[in-house]
This record gives sequence, C-alpha cells and structure tokens, in this order.
Amino acid sequence: MEVKEKAVVLNENDNVATALADLEAGSSVTVDVAGKMVTIQLASPIPFGHKFSLACIENGAPVIKYGESIGKASTSIRVGDYVHVHNVSSTRGGTGNAGGA
Amino acid sequence: MSFFGYARTDGTVGVRNYVGVISTVGCANDVAYWIAQQIKGTAPFLHQAGCGQLKPDLETVTRTLSSISRNPNLAGVLLVSLGCEGTDVERIEKEITASGRPVRKVVIQNAGATVALNEGLLFAQELVREASGMRPQEFDDSHLVIGVKCGGSDTTSGLASNPATGAACDRVVDSGGTCIFGETTEFLGAEHILTKRAVNTEVADKLLKIVDAMEKRARAIGADMRGGNPSAGNIAGGLTSIEEKSLGAIAKSGTRPIQDVYNYGEPVTGKGLFVVDSPGREPEFLSALAAAGAQICLFSTGLGVPQGFPFMPVIKITGNPVTFQRLPDHIDMLVGMTAGKGCGLRAIGEKIYQEVLAVASGKQTKAEILGYGNFPGLYTVGPIV
Repeated sequence: MEVKEKAVVLNENDNVATALADLEAGSSVTVDVAGKMVTIQLASPIPFGHKFSLACIENGAPVIKYGESIGKASTSIRVGDYVHVHNVSSTRGGTGNAGGA
Repeated sequence: MSFFGYARTDGTVGVRNYVGVISTVGCANDVAYWIAQQIKGTAPFLHQAGCGQLKPDLETVTRTLSSISRNPNLAGVLLVSLGCEGTDVERIEKEITASGRPVRKVVIQNAGATVALNEGLLFAQELVREASGMRPQEFDDSHLVIGVKCGGSDTTSGLASNPATGAACDRVVDSGGTCIFGETTEFLGAEHILTKRAVNTEVADKLLKIVDAMEKRARAIGADMRGGNPSAGNIAGGLTSIEEKSLGAIAKSGTRPIQDVYNYGEPVTGKGLFVVDSPGREPEFLSALAAAGAQICLFSTGLGVPQGFPFMPVIKITGNPVTFQRLPDHIDMLVGMTAGKGCGLRAIGEKIYQEVLAVASGKQTKAEILGYGNFPGLYTVGPIV
C-alpha cells in the first residue's frame, strides 16, 4: 500500500509530527494540521516513526503529541528539528534505560 | 443498528453458541481437551492454575473460571475436575446454575480419566444438542459488549490501529453498548489522562491504585517499571518517553468517560466504558475479557500476532501494510497509517464497527477459522507452592 503523506500530525494542538517514511535532511515536508497544510524544512534526517518539530519549543515547554504532553523540551527546539530523547525529558519517570517491557 | 445473537436467561446476549468444556485445574486439561476435540460445538478452556497456590490466588482462579463459564457466548458448561484441586468447583457450579445455564461435571479421581472421558463425551453431546436448538434473534446494538486489546505493537500501533480501534470503541459506547479495556501496565505515564476521563474521583482513585499496586509488585522483585520504559527497542522505533508510549497504547480505548474499574476475573455490568485490572500478556488478558463478559475482542497490532480465544471471536486490526500482506492468515483488517488523525478517524471507526456487527451475527474471524487460540491462561500474582 502506498503511503501518500510523508508525516502525520495526530491532534491540532500537537507541536510535533511523526514521519511515515525515512525523511532526508534539508527536505521540505508538507503536513496536514487539522485541515491546514503546513510545510516544514527538516534540519536533520528523520527516520520512519520518529518525530520532528512543527514549532519553536522553548526549553522546559511541553512537547505535545496526541494533544497531550509527552515530556518537556530539555533544550530549545527549533522548527524542523529532530525531536527525541536528546532534547525531550519525561515528566513521568521514564528515563529510557534499556531492559524494560 | 442490530445484530443476531442468542438470548441467555441471565439477560446477556451471546454472539456464538458454544458449550464450554472448562478445566477446573491444570491436571484436568487433558480430559477437557479430549472431549472438546471430539464433540463439535464445544470450546475448551485450559490453563495451568487451580492447585499449589495461595488462598487469594485460588479465589481469583475460582472467580475467573466462574465468570468465564458465564460468558454470553456459552450456552452450557461441562466442568472437568480432578477432585482435589484448590479451585472451589462447587461454587462455580452453583454460580453457573444461577445464571440459568445447564452445567455438568466429571471428576477424574472418581474412577480415572477414561471413565471421566466417557461420561464427559456423553454430557457434552447432550449439552450441544440442547444448545443447537436455539435460534439467533435480532438485538439492537446496545447489547454489544466489546473488549479492546493491543499487542505486538510497533510504531504504526499508536499512529493508526490504536486510534482506529478507539474510534470503534467510542462508536460502541455512543450506541449504548459496553466497552472493556485493561492492560494496567500500559497506563504508566498516562494515568493523568485516564483519571481525567474517570466519571468521578472514586473511579480516578481506583485507576491510580491499580497502577500503584502493579508497580509495587514489580518493585517487590527488584524491578522498576518506569525506569525500563520506553525500552531500547521502543526508542529505536521513535518513542521518546513513557508518556508517548502509554498515550499510544490507551488510544485504543477511545475518548469516552471511564465508568468503573473491575478486578481481574469479575463480570462487568453496565453500559459505557470500563477498565479491568489486568496484565497485557495475551493469554491472561483475553481470559480477563472473556470473564468480564465480552462477546468479541478488537485486537490492534503492528507486528501481527496470531492469538484468538476458544469461544470469543478476536478481530485483528493493523495499521502496518507490510504486516497485513505478510500475515494474511491472521489479520482481519488494515487501516491507513494516517488513520489516527482528523475526520478520517470517524469513518474508520464506523468501518470497524460494521465488521463488529457482522462478526456478532456470525461472520467468522481469521483466528476462529484457523482454530488459533486454544491455550489461554489465568493471571495470579502469588508464588506457586
């Protein structure tokens, strides 16, 4: 099955999108945010299933997916930045140590 | 909307019409299995519990076996007992009888397995003959009791199949039906979302309590549930935090209010969305749904898993097109990878709901046709002694 969209935004309040394919650094990706098309230039490669930023997220501000906080930015995140464990910290205790369920 | 089901005297509605052959202890499994192999129209329930366990666990086993025996999809029950088990077989018999279902029992220690087998074959045949005389009747869809589950998850689960399953769950609740979910381990990090959906503070407290108890059990053997989440594999797949992992998992329960929280093995009564305290592992969790009274299970998967259940149809849904193509014998439905967002979600929820109605009226799931799912389990927490 062909995947038409390169990335998905699950809730209109989200400030991150999830890649539906391996995306290249420097490429422009157009995502549908609640019916509004937004084009983002990627600062780095984004693997399938990983996230990039749709907005400036200040250090300490919530990173929003599914319309809910999935953690706080641990540094200032710019539009198009790769968003993952290097710049997000959990507020619920999950530290990402290996060996979990 | 409506479906064709079987009216039970306890007021529930079955979507299948099996005679359950229920083993009351692990040592009785073989005879139960032999009977179910021979007599068409029966479905076995086999497990390893009911002996060499402490009292609270034996209570869980008795309660769960009794509830499973009264699942709406069962018209009658044959209990296969060893004789000396810790399970309270007499109580199970009484509770089945009180539900209006015919019940028979064979006991292996009375005269050996061959005699129990002979008696059991005749009992099962007689019960199936009685059950087969029933005709399905039309019921409106408020009679649906649907369980939801996710397993073999990958990145597509949180993006597609879980939200799509959640949309179907909302549809069931909005039509006046009942939806049940659980897998307490997957609430970690998303308790604050779930408690917001609780109908009152009492239910919110129950949700926090079951998560806390589960974490304490892990700590008792020196493990930290939070520290290990998300796992290295989760992180490699793109999951950043425990919040993200749990939000993706609970998306399968939709968005409607949580009415109450039940213990493992308790039958759920009432309409709307409910939680059953349970582990996520398939054999034990599917038994929790059957005990809760679910007629059908919606099972969201990414990597693809084969499990069914002996008398509860399991509908497999994936958002991963590769899995759908690779496992045509296991996966019933494919939903698009952008299913989880916006207005498309409602339509996908409706498509799954129509499949639920079709399966309720007799359409066979792939796991049913394949006969996959004969080895469920019972969840207990204490030591085996």
